Amino acid sequence: MAKLRLDLEKVLQARDAARQIAQDTQDYIDQFTTSTIERSICRLLGIDGIDVLGVPLPNVVVDHLESRQLLGHGAAFWLGQAAISLGMEPQEIAEGIAKGELDLSQVESVDRLEIQLWAEKKAHEAVGKIHHNRIIREEKLREYGDHPGPLIYVIVATGNIYQDIIQAKAAATQGADIIAVIRTTGQSLLDYVPYGATTEGFGGTMATQENFHLMRAALDEVGEELGRYIRLCNYCSGLCMPEIAVMGAFERLDVMLNDALYGILFRDINMQRTLIDQSFSRLINAAAGIIINTGEDNYLTTSDAYEEAHTVLASQLINEQFALKAGMFEEQMGLGHAFEMNPELKNAFLYELAQAQMARQIFPNAPLKYMPPTKFKTGNIFKAHVQDALFNMVTVISDQKIHLLGMLTEAIHTPFMADRALAIENARYIATSMADFGEDIEFREGGIMEQRANEVLDLALDLLQNIQRDGLFRTIEEGRFAGIKRPFEGGKGLSGVVLKEEQYFNPFIPLLMEESRLGSERYHQQKLQADQGEDHE
Amino acid sequence: MSSGLYSSKKADFDTTLDLTHMKPYGDTMNDGKVQISFALPVPDSEVAVEAAKQLATKMGLTEPIVTHHAPLDKNFSFFVIYGMLNHYVDYTHIHVDSVDVPTMTMEETDFFIQQNLGRKIKVIGASTGTDAHTVGIDAIMNMKGYAGHYGLERYKMIEALNLGSQVTNEDFIRKAVEFDADVMLVSQTVTQKNVHIQNLTELVELLEAERLRKRFLLIIGGPRINHELAKELGCDAGFGPGKFADDVASFICEELVARQQQNLSLLLF
Repeated sequence: MAKLRLDLEKVLQARDAARQIAQDTQDYIDQFTTSTIERSICRLLGIDGIDVLGVPLPNVVVDHLESRQLLGHGAAFWLGQAAISLGMEPQEIAEGIAKGELDLSQVESVDRLEIQLWAEKKAHEAVGKIHHNRIIREEKLREYGDHPGPLIYVIVATGNIYQDIIQAKAAATQGADIIAVIRTTGQSLLDYVPYGATTEGFGGTMATQENFHLMRAALDEVGEELGRYIRLCNYCSGLCMPEIAVMGAFERLDVMLNDALYGILFRDINMQRTLIDQSFSRLINAAAGIIINTGEDNYLTTSDAYEEAHTVLASQLINEQFALKAGMFEEQMGLGHAFEMNPELKNAFLYELAQAQMARQIFPNAPLKYMPPTKFKTGNIFKAHVQDALFNMVTVISDQKIHLLGMLTEAIHTPFMADRALAIENARYIATSMADFGEDIEFREGGIMEQRANEVLDLALDLLQNIQRDGLFRTIEEGRFAGIKRPFEGGKGLSGVVLKEEQYFNPFIPLLMEESRLGSERYHQQKLQADQGEDHE
Repeated sequence: MSSGLYSSKKADFDTTLDLTHMKPYGDTMNDGKVQISFALPVPDSEVAVEAAKQLATKMGLTEPIVTHHAPLDKNFSFFVIYGMLNHYVDYTHIHVDSVDVPTMTMEETDFFIQQNLGRKIKVIGASTGTDAHTVGIDAIMNMKGYAGHYGLERYKMIEALNLGSQVTNEDFIRKAVEFDADVMLVSQTVTQKNVHIQNLTELVELLEAERLRKRFLLIIGGPRINHELAKELGCDAGFGPGKFADDVASFICEELVARQQQNLSLLLF
C-alpha cells in the first residue's frame, strides 16, 4: 500500500503521552464502582427478568443494596453471602428481594473466603458461557472464511425488532457484512436495560437481550444460506455500558460501540461515571472477542472536520490505550473516524484521504471504523450518492476495515430497504473497480497529503502533551474535544458512582483478563498459520 | 451518528401484505413510500415548494415532504419529494404477455440449431425509419455484444447482417428478401411522439401487402418495447430493456424449430 512519510518519532511521543493519560485516568477510576457495574455483575451471576412493576431484577437488587449503603462491598459479596447462608441461587434471591421477602443486610454473615470461593465458581460458569460463544464465532469464521476487504456495515432502525429482521436479512443478502441495530432515541439515558422483545421505538429499536437474541438467530440463519458470517453490532454506550456488554457477550454480538467520550460529550453523561463504566465494559467486550467501535467521528459532525482533525487522532490514541488496559488486542480496536469535511472545501478529498491513510498507518492492525458523510447531506439524494462514492473511494484506497455505508437519504429518514441496496451497490462497484488502486500509487513526497498528515500529527501530539499535563478530566471540562465543555461533577449518572470499600471484590476481573489473553493467543496463532499457509502457496 | 428527521409517528396502517392491494415498500409493509423528483418552470421559492407539494398530492401522495429544492436557473427549480402513495394495484389480476422461452448460452444455442435445424439461421437487423441510433441493434448483433453478452455475429450457427440506422422500411424488406433472411430484427430507440408505433405499423402493413409477413420471423426491440406491444402491432416478439442477444437468439431458434415441426406435420397430413 502507498505510504505517507510520517514523522515516526512524533507518533511514538504521542503514544507515550496517551499511555500516561490512560494510566492517570485509570488510577483514579479504579477507586470506584457504579450501579450499572454492579447490575452487570448480577447479570453475570445469572439474574435476569423483571418484577411485577416491570423493573429489571438487576436494578431491584442494586437499588436494594444502594438504599442500605452496602454497594461499596460489591453485589457479588452480598449475593454470595445470601446464597451460602440461605442455600439459594442468585435469581431466587433477586426474586425474594423483589417481593420484599428478603433483606440482604439481615442475612447471617458467612466467612469471607467461603464467599470468594462461591463467587469464583459462579464467575467461571459465566465466563464459560462467554467463551463458548467466542468459540462458536471463531468456528463459523473458520468454516466460511472471513471477508478480506472492507466489511460493509449498514444500519437497521425501524423500531420494531421483527421489521428490523426483515431489513437485516435483505441487507445481508445484498452484501452487507455487519448489521447494526440502531437504538431508539434516548435509550442511552435510561439507567436500566428494558426487557423482552420490543416493537416500538423512535428512530431505532430498544437494545434488549431478547432483541439481541432474535437478531442473532436471524443473522445466523441468513448467514448459513449465504455461506458468510454476518456480524451483529449494537451500542454499548450510555448509562448501562457494562450491562449491555454482558448481554452482547451472552448473545454473541460481534461489534459494539463503546466510547465513554461519546457519552460525555454528546449525551451529557457524567465523565467519572462513564469512564468507570467503560473500564469494566471493555473488559467484558475484550473477553467476548468483540470488536469495539469508538466514536471519534462524532467530533467531526459537530465541529469543523478540517480544523478538528487532530482531536480525532488524539482521541484514537487514548482509546487505544484504554483498550489495551482492558486486555484487548489491536484487531479488536475499531477506532472511529469519518469523512465529514465540507464538500465545498477545495481539495477536501485530498485532506480526507490524508487523514484516513494516516490513521491506517498509525494503527496498522486495528479494524478502523470509517464513517460516511452525514453533516453536509441535505436531502438532495443525487448529490448524496456522489458524496458517498467519494467516501467509498477513500475507504478502498486507504484500506479501511469497517466500512459504514452512507445513505443517499441521510437527513431524510432511517434507511429504506432500497436505500441500503443502492448504498451497497455503490460500495461494491468502487471496491471492485479500485481494488488495487492503493497498491499502485505513491504519495508525492512533501505533497499536499503528506504535509497535511504531518500537520495533523503535530497538532495531535501537542494536544496529547497538554492533556497529559492537565489530565483528561480537566481537558474535557475546558471543552478541548468537539468544543463541548462538561463539568467534572455535572451530567447524568454521577449518583450511581460509589467509592469501593476496602473489602470490595469483583470476581470477574481476573477471569475476563485471562479469557482475553487466551483469545488473543488463539487469534494470533491462527493468523500466523494462515500467513504461513499463504507463503507455501 | 446518523442524524435526520426521523418520523416518530406510529404506523397507523395494516402491515400485513395483501396482494390485491399492493403498495410500494419503504421499510414497513404497506407504508407506500415513494420518492419523486422533477423540475418546475418557476423560480425556486416558497410558492414553488408549495406548488411541488400540491403536484405530489395530485399524483396520489399523502404527507409529501420536499427534501430538496434548488434553483436550476432564474426561472426553473428542482425538487426531490418523499411521500406515501395512496394508490395500490391488484397484483393478482395483472396479465403480462412475455416471451416465454428459457434463455440459453451462446454455446447451447449453437448446439440447439445444429441439432434441430442443421443449418445456419439468417438474421437481418436494422434501426428503421428516421431513427439514427444504432446502439440497440449493435448491442444485439455486434460481435462484441453488450454488458458481457456476445452479439449474434459471434454465434457459429447464425449468419447476421446488420444494416445500421435510418433504413427505410421498403429497403429493409428488399434486403431481407435478397439475403433470404429467416428473421427480421428491428430496433427502435427514438420514441418521441410515438414515432416508433407509426413506423412499425407501416412495416407490418408493407410486409402484409407484399404477402411476406409469414415468411419472416419479425422481432422488435427497444427501450419502450415489450412483448405485449409487439403482439399488438402484429410482430412475433418484442424485447425491452434488460434483454440481450442470448434472449433474442434463444427465442429465434426455439420458434424456428417449432415452426419447422408445425410445417412438417402439416405436410404429413
